[in-house]
Amino acid sequence: MTQQRFMQHPWSNWMKATGPEADIVVSTRLRIARNLQQHPFPMLATDSQAQEVVNKVTEVAQSDAMKARGQFELIRMDELNPLEKKVLVEKHLISPNLAEESRKGAVLLNQDESISIMVNEEDHIRIQVLLPGFQLNEAWEIGTKIDDVFEKVLNYAFDETRGYLTSCPTNVGTGIRASVMLHLPALVMTQQINRILQAINQVGLVVRGLYGEGSEALGNLFQLSNQVTLGMSETDILSNLFSVANQIIEQERAARRYLQEHSRIALEDRIYRSYGILLYARTVESKEASQRLSDIRLGIDIGIIKNVSTFACNELLVMTQPGFLQHHAGQKLTPEQRDERRARLIREKLTSKDMA
Amino acid sequence: MNCEECGKRPATLHLTKIVNGEKTEYHICEQCAKEKGDVFGGFGNFGINQLLSGLLNFDPMIKKEGSQAKEGTAGTQKPLRCETCGLTYAQFSKSGRFGCSDCYRFLGDRLDPLFRRIHGNTQHIGKVPERTGGKIKVRKELDQLKSALQQYVAKEEFEKAAEIRDRIKALEQKIAQS
Ligand SMILES: [Zn+2]
Ligand SMILES: [Zn+2]
Repeated sequence: MTQQRFMQHPWSNWMKATGPEADIVVSTRLRIARNLQQHPFPMLATDSQAQEVVNKVTEVAQSDAMKARGQFELIRMDELNPLEKKVLVEKHLISPNLAEESRKGAVLLNQDESISIMVNEEDHIRIQVLLPGFQLNEAWEIGTKIDDVFEKVLNYAFDETRGYLTSCPTNVGTGIRASVMLHLPALVMTQQINRILQAINQVGLVVRGLYGEGSEALGNLFQLSNQVTLGMSETDILSNLFSVANQIIEQERAARRYLQEHSRIALEDRIYRSYGILLYARTVESKEASQRLSDIRLGIDIGIIKNVSTFACNELLVMTQPGFLQHHAGQKLTPEQRDERRARLIREKLTSKDMA
Repeated sequence: MNCEECGKRPATLHLTKIVNGEKTEYHICEQCAKEKGDVFGGFGNFGINQLLSGLLNFDPMIKKEGSQAKEGTAGTQKPLRCETCGLTYAQFSKSGRFGCSDCYRFLGDRLDPLFRRIHGNTQHIGKVPERTGGKIKVRKELDQLKSALQQYVAKEEFEKAAEIRDRIKALEQKIAQS
């Protein structure tokens, strides 16, 4: 019953647009992969073995020891319909893999949705911390404390040489994947993005577009994350990511200044056109929505658009996804119906009075 | 452009993945993306199976260079497999996934080249579990103290040796109690 709440409203803690550098870093995510000793990894587990893991993890997550870290609600994947699962994926609370592939998959969510503990994804336990803005250390602090509470009770699969043992060899060692979602419109407009993406892989990091795209990422949103998990300490992994992200942030700021100084009119024209279209359009495709919302977000950041909040842009990012649109409508929609609803939702949001 | 996987539906997802300096582009349809899992929302590792089998195919070449490691298996024809879950090395290289945590032990050194290619390293140096890892920390300290003890004894510095002996005793008691 109460778990409906997670699907009904579009906002999550990460969308608040309040954290440090929130004009460029939309959100920070930290994921810790852990497995239990003497239990086959989820891929090979039988239903009853997988269920046992859910029970064990849930018991700890809802115990008194975890109270200080949050109050967790259990949501089982087999109790959700496909649209509800899609909404959780679009809100970044669970992975597509947990939604679609897992057996006895479940997620434990805290109240503000900043912490989701996935059970029986690729690994037995995946602790995910999702915060607004640029907060790598804060995310690690939260994640490692939750990890400690689990470890007091559960026997982790840990090896002196290889570290925390994971189902996939790409996660072994620390088991951590830290990532920041960056909004980089000026680097894309000035065509510097490919040069930067190529440089990044030299330092053990990976970039990908949000929602699966590459260098032509939807909405100019890029996700930067660590690739190495073995042979580097958590602190080094985080500080490496931190310093590279900082350099990209600086470059994006420089590119924004350059555009404002050298192409002021063209930049304003582009932003106002997008704003105008979203204010009046009657149908909007998802790709166009992401691009126009990126323009508006940039317009807010550089002070051209004043009566829309970044928070609203983040909300729209999720609300205009197919799963959320359909769940909100309470039915399956054709692509044409979706485009129409999307346009209406955006119009309503951009003109709503109570917007912060 | 048509999907690279099925060749039938139009490719709607275009993904660039950069691994160890190599840029790979994928153009696939939504249906195949779902079957591969992990594309949307920025989670997980798209196409990691393909990438890993790519990595694992390099393995035999690397083995030739450092062939001392396989002494144990050289004489026998038995396939390398995890005795707990039954996963063979061949199955692992196809799926890119371990079956259980014991796989790491049974596949052993054979995994070193793979870890080196993915991570540039083979040894964990990060967090150690507080409760179960406590013993590991103490054991490492014990090893160090014991070799220090030998050195002091060899140098006939008996006062220092006695000091170290006391610390070793204390640590050994700590292990016995836990
Ligand atoms: Zn296809
Ligand atoms: Zn195994």
